[in-house]
Amino acid sequence: MSEIATPHAPTAPARPHAGDSYLTAEQGIASWFLTTDHKRIALLYMAALTVFFFIGGAAAVAIRIELVTPAADLLSADGYNRMFTLHGLVMVWFFLVPSIPNTLGNFLLPLMIGARDLAFPRLNLFSWYLFIGAGALLLFALVAGGVDTGWTFYTPYSTTYSNSYVLTAALAVVLVGFSSIATGVNFIATIHLLRAPGMTWFRLPLLVWAIYGTSLVIVLATPVLAAVLLLVVAERAFGLPVFDPARGGDPLLFQHLFWFYSHPAVYIMILPSFGVVSELITCFSRRQVFGYSFMVYAIMWIAVIGFLVWGHHMFVSGQSLYVSLAFSFLSFVIAVPSAIKVFNWTFTLYRGQITFEAPMLYALGFIGLFTIGGLTGLVLASIPIDVHVTDTYYVVAHFHFIMVGGAVTAFYGGLTFWWPKVTGRLYPQFWSRFGAILMFFGFAFTFFPMFIMGFLGMPRRYQVYPPEFQVWHILSSAGAVILAGAYLLPIGYLAWSLFWGKRAGDNPWEATGLEWQTSSPPPRDNFRSPPVVDTGPYDYHPDGEGPHHTERAPHRMQGRQT
Amino acid sequence: MSEALREPWDSLRRQREAASFGMWIYVSSEALLFAGLILAFAANRFLHPEAFAAAGRETNVIYGTVNTLVLLTSSLTMAVGAEAARARLRTLALRALGATLVLGLAFLVIKGFEWREDILQHLVPGPGFKLDNPETQIFFALYWIMTALHGLHLTGGLGAVGWLSWQAWHDERPLRSPAFEAVALYWHLVDIVWVFLYPLLYLGGRT
Repeated sequence: MSEIATPHAPTAPARPHAGDSYLTAEQGIASWFLTTDHKRIALLYMAALTVFFFIGGAAAVAIRIELVTPAADLLSADGYNRMFTLHGLVMVWFFLVPSIPNTLGNFLLPLMIGARDLAFPRLNLFSWYLFIGAGALLLFALVAGGVDTGWTFYTPYSTTYSNSYVLTAALAVVLVGFSSIATGVNFIATIHLLRAPGMTWFRLPLLVWAIYGTSLVIVLATPVLAAVLLLVVAERAFGLPVFDPARGGDPLLFQHLFWFYSHPAVYIMILPSFGVVSELITCFSRRQVFGYSFMVYAIMWIAVIGFLVWGHHMFVSGQSLYVSLAFSFLSFVIAVPSAIKVFNWTFTLYRGQITFEAPMLYALGFIGLFTIGGLTGLVLASIPIDVHVTDTYYVVAHFHFIMVGGAVTAFYGGLTFWWPKVTGRLYPQFWSRFGAILMFFGFAFTFFPMFIMGFLGMPRRYQVYPPEFQVWHILSSAGAVILAGAYLLPIGYLAWSLFWGKRAGDNPWEATGLEWQTSSPPPRDNFRSPPVVDTGPYDYHPDGEGPHHTERAPHRMQGRQT
Repeated sequence: MSEALREPWDSLRRQREAASFGMWIYVSSEALLFAGLILAFAANRFLHPEAFAAAGRETNVIYGTVNTLVLLTSSLTMAVGAEAARARLRTLALRALGATLVLGLAFLVIKGFEWREDILQHLVPGPGFKLDNPETQIFFALYWIMTALHGLHLTGGLGAVGWLSWQAWHDERPLRSPAFEAVALYWHLVDIVWVFLYPLLYLGGRT
């Protein structure tokens, strides 16, 4: 793969230094804030998301400190409500939804399919500004006094009774939704129209497929959230009653419309992690992914069925039992593709030549934590058990296993995997491995006790609780300290690597994707010459039978540069 | 005159395809935005059929019908404008885009008169609402939200068409630019949303 002869600029000869790394091709503040380079915009997103991750994390710290004792000591009752609302709003819409797609996805998608940029580069920048605007609006709401409805904005509390900044926060969420939609449109158009010659649909890396499925869900679900939040805004701001029971309105209608978005939103958060983990597992077990086409079908299956299960959030809302039965059944159905993915990752490991680099540790941790999160999801999909544990810490533990143990672990895994490509630097493996293991144990330590206390009846969203739950809360808060350390550690060693890290070659992990064939960091136009593709992804043992597990198998790159 | 072809495209044909395709995806997203509101309308209409019929008779069907005709015509001129731009018939394109702007503005002006009359007749939900049955207020809540959101979309469309026309007029945007077709698609979406709102809001109580 070294036919990089005299690089010829593909188009636009006016562009400065087309051959330089994207980090040095242009200089100055304006070259960052007015850039249309998908790689720079990914870094802009990464900076913004880091800020929001700290804000949401600070709220979590306040919650965990408050819950160390059964009495209320740190926060007032009202302050506690505002704190968990802040945590939810920031983490869901300003960290988890954009986390992998807008940073890693934005950076890697064009590289992985052999394109020079996203289909609409200026729309990409616009979506970042929309994100920042929405974030500023949300921060204003939080600083001005906060929101106390919980991230779910349930009516009639949010429309009629809540005395907090619901209006501003809801508008911020509507705005950030349009930012997501812009990104989703951009990704879908890019995957359809900018694939390199020979990069057919079933040769796409699984991360690209995952981002494709995610984008479809974003584009089709987010507008419904915008619609329902606009109804809340209209009712609060202008007294236009849609959900007001006193005038015949139906608060349940709010829940239907809200969960029509917010359940698929879970898949917006977890599908990209599936893609990341598929890349990591194949690379570090030196094996072709097991059942590639079924991995693809599973992604699309989840994307579609994800729209049909929202009612399982409403088992205790008084909806018809028959409706609940249908939603319960469909919730079991959607577990099938998730299980296919877990089994396929496991089979990919089978007889693989596994090495335990930090990204692999994150990926293996992901499989374990996601499996627990998914299986407890099945427990919750059974109506009798759900009625028992609704609004308890069991539910809190379940969705944190999916969204934090799953999505955030995969985000860190992907970050450590592609960091050498993004920055051109290697980080210390020891600290990175240590951080990955710490994150697994810190996470389990924090959230596993919640399953137990939840099943014993500890309700969520309460700051004062019976003393018999204290031991579990102390365990959980102690684990949160470890988890916080595990989240902060990579910031330290990654920053260190920027200055003192060894230069990474083009392909430090010997992975097969197109993104590993260009230099690290890539040039402004991604490839010095347009790539072509003639094989599927993950061809880690092109000679058929893999060698003995002590020998590293040869691999073949996907496609080549022309 | 700036170049019609932009990064990261190699051919204008492909770029045009992308502009239309991207707009179709966005249109599907917008369709679900209004679908959410229409679903809220449908659910409430199912719960309170009498109140919705009574409230539906209070909307001004004259204004509504005239506006429907105005907007449908504007879609025709918009389609002519986009096709003329693609064929590089400059005069025809500018005239058609200008006509689209005039018709879109006319829609908003007529809508403004209609809203004014609604306010004078106490059709804004709240104390002093014209009708006694409180459930009729839900109809009018959705009436105001849906027509306002539609008006907002139309205003956005006017801005986009106005901007493109201005650029074409000053030769700053080549007529081959795919933007004309993309904006036309958006304009038709705004039109089609109205085609759904018109029967729901103006004809439902009058059958």
